[in-house]
Amino acid sequence: MSALIAPSARSRSPGGTQEPKWVRVCLIAVALAFIALFLVLPLAAVLTEALRNGVHAYREALREPDAVSAIRLTVITALIAVPLNLVFGVAAAWAIAKYEFHGKAFLTTLVDLPFSVSPVVAGLIYVLLFGAQGWFGPWLQAHDIKIIFAVPGIVLATVFVTFPFIARELIPLMQSQGNDEEQAAIVLGATGWQTFWHVTLPNIKWGLFYGVILCNARAMGEFGAVSVVSGHIRGQTNTMPLHVEILYNEYHSAAAFAVASLLALLALVTLAIKSVAEWRQGKILKALGELPPERAGVYAADALTLQPAG
Amino acid sequence: MLRSGNCAINIYWLQVNVMISYARFLRACLPALAVMVTGIALAQSPVTLLNVSYDPTRELYVEFNAAFARYWKAQTGQDVIVKQSHGGSGKQARSVIDGLDADVVTLALAGDVDALYINGALIPQNWQQRLPHNSAPYTSTIVLVVREGNPKAIRDWDDLVKPGVRVITPNPKTSGGARWNYLAAWEYARRKYGSEAKAKAFVAALYQNVPVLDTGARGASITFAQRNQGDVLISWENEAHLLEKEFGNRVDIVYPSISILAEPPVTVVDKNVDRKGTRKVAEAYLNYLYSDEGQDIAGKNYYRPTSAKAQEKYLKQLPKLPLFTLEQAFGSWARADKDHFEDGASFDQIYTRK
Repeated sequence: MSALIAPSARSRSPGGTQEPKWVRVCLIAVALAFIALFLVLPLAAVLTEALRNGVHAYREALREPDAVSAIRLTVITALIAVPLNLVFGVAAAWAIAKYEFHGKAFLTTLVDLPFSVSPVVAGLIYVLLFGAQGWFGPWLQAHDIKIIFAVPGIVLATVFVTFPFIARELIPLMQSQGNDEEQAAIVLGATGWQTFWHVTLPNIKWGLFYGVILCNARAMGEFGAVSVVSGHIRGQTNTMPLHVEILYNEYHSAAAFAVASLLALLALVTLAIKSVAEWRQGKILKALGELPPERAGVYAADALTLQPAG
Repeated sequence: MLRSGNCAINIYWLQVNVMISYARFLRACLPALAVMVTGIALAQSPVTLLNVSYDPTRELYVEFNAAFARYWKAQTGQDVIVKQSHGGSGKQARSVIDGLDADVVTLALAGDVDALYINGALIPQNWQQRLPHNSAPYTSTIVLVVREGNPKAIRDWDDLVKPGVRVITPNPKTSGGARWNYLAAWEYARRKYGSEAKAKAFVAALYQNVPVLDTGARGASITFAQRNQGDVLISWENEAHLLEKEFGNRVDIVYPSISILAEPPVTVVDKNVDRKGTRKVAEAYLNYLYSDEGQDIAGKNYYRPTSAKAQEKYLKQLPKLPLFTLEQAFGSWARADKDHFEDGASFDQIYTRK
């Protein structure tokens, strides 16, 4: 059936819509103006402010010891938080998308919890648990283990806040793919690990990749929760976003925007990688669409729904 | 046969003896070695202090920490690295209570330091008697900052209640500086108009003119100077001078006829320094604030030094004006908090009525 619909959908697409030209122009203009005002302009402002005192000052701002330490801490945090969430996220998505069990709806809600909780509350949870006055505080202090106001606390808060990104990216993808292929693999004698590695992972790899990129962007950019557990010790527990705030509060606007421009750059790289990921995914689907009908039939519908422009 | 056997045994014994004596030698040397190693470690491994402070002291302590590191190195040969943490005074106290590993705290007001005793038993009750001048090595006061040329002709506290004057001051619930602002205005009115009720009406009128309450002193400064909100900023004196330095011709400082003497106190956090073994250097750090160099750095950063010599030197930028202390006007911080800033106290009454 999908093979029958496909040609007609394709033949209509070059003609486009039936609206008069001025409507189309206006709509495009509004969209472009909106993008320029809310996305391009702030980005340009960050870059101009960052370079206000010249390239030399820009470089100095990034080489200053406190800035270097903030960048290092941010990278370390992301390097720990993202792989953890990669494992958690794939496991959670796998369980939710491929199996039926009691409490599945509850688990799905739980995965979304960090999205709905304010980051400040997320930070305070850890202060209440691990702070000197908290539940585990006296025990931790007796054993000289530092969590709050140190790197472990920052990593914990970041893991909590970025938890849903990978799972949320994978669940709809895995659900739409169903588990026919996994069942076929098992019937043909594959072990669980082989099924995951050779069947499931190739199917989700671009979605997973995009999830990791988003998770990383948020891990590096998180402000609220980290601010609560950081203690703001300069050169020790300041991440990049916190360092930006400090510089701005000290009237070092140019330096603040120099560090902010690194975060903006991260956003741009994220967007670029996302585009590549989507393009690759699209290409795979297109290749499937061009297979002979008896093999492609199953996939064509998916390919077309994912690529409305055809 | 026997002989050669003896010989073998002798050689064996000799070896054992050599080994034993070597071991003995080592054992004898061990304490000496240990002393040497720890001695070298003590002299060379840098000690790290954490100074948890409030917002406007960043520049002061950047300069003071460098001076103290030089002094300590010359005295003991040991390097000292002082880490800084800044934020709203009340928030910083809370973090220390929650386990932020401060060796010393240098906060905006005694009430916030008292919290370390009340909520965590981190310091003894008599902490304020341990250092001269109520543990305040420098003082400050509250002044007014206006736009260039003073277009609204603001000369004194009275001008802040005029209609059409927009006043920027932070929230006394969260900011130590804001409490000083509030109490300075209150005491001015009580002295001028002669009663608590009239003082309350005056402060109420003042807060009618406040369009936005920032959470901290630095936030309020930025609202006023960088975002161009309001006609007058009630501010720490040092913060006002910093604004004048940063924004040069765009702001002017106005000294009111009378203001409050703010005493930002400092203390060692006993529980932390005893655990970390940093008491000696932490105490030296605070004592150095009272030295000639420490006092000079305070004056240079627009804090009012307590030594006569430094006061004389910075008289021009920190002019004399009538100052009353919090104890004279309000008894104690505990009283002032209870009367004005706790839930349902005077600030809640005047601000919710708006």
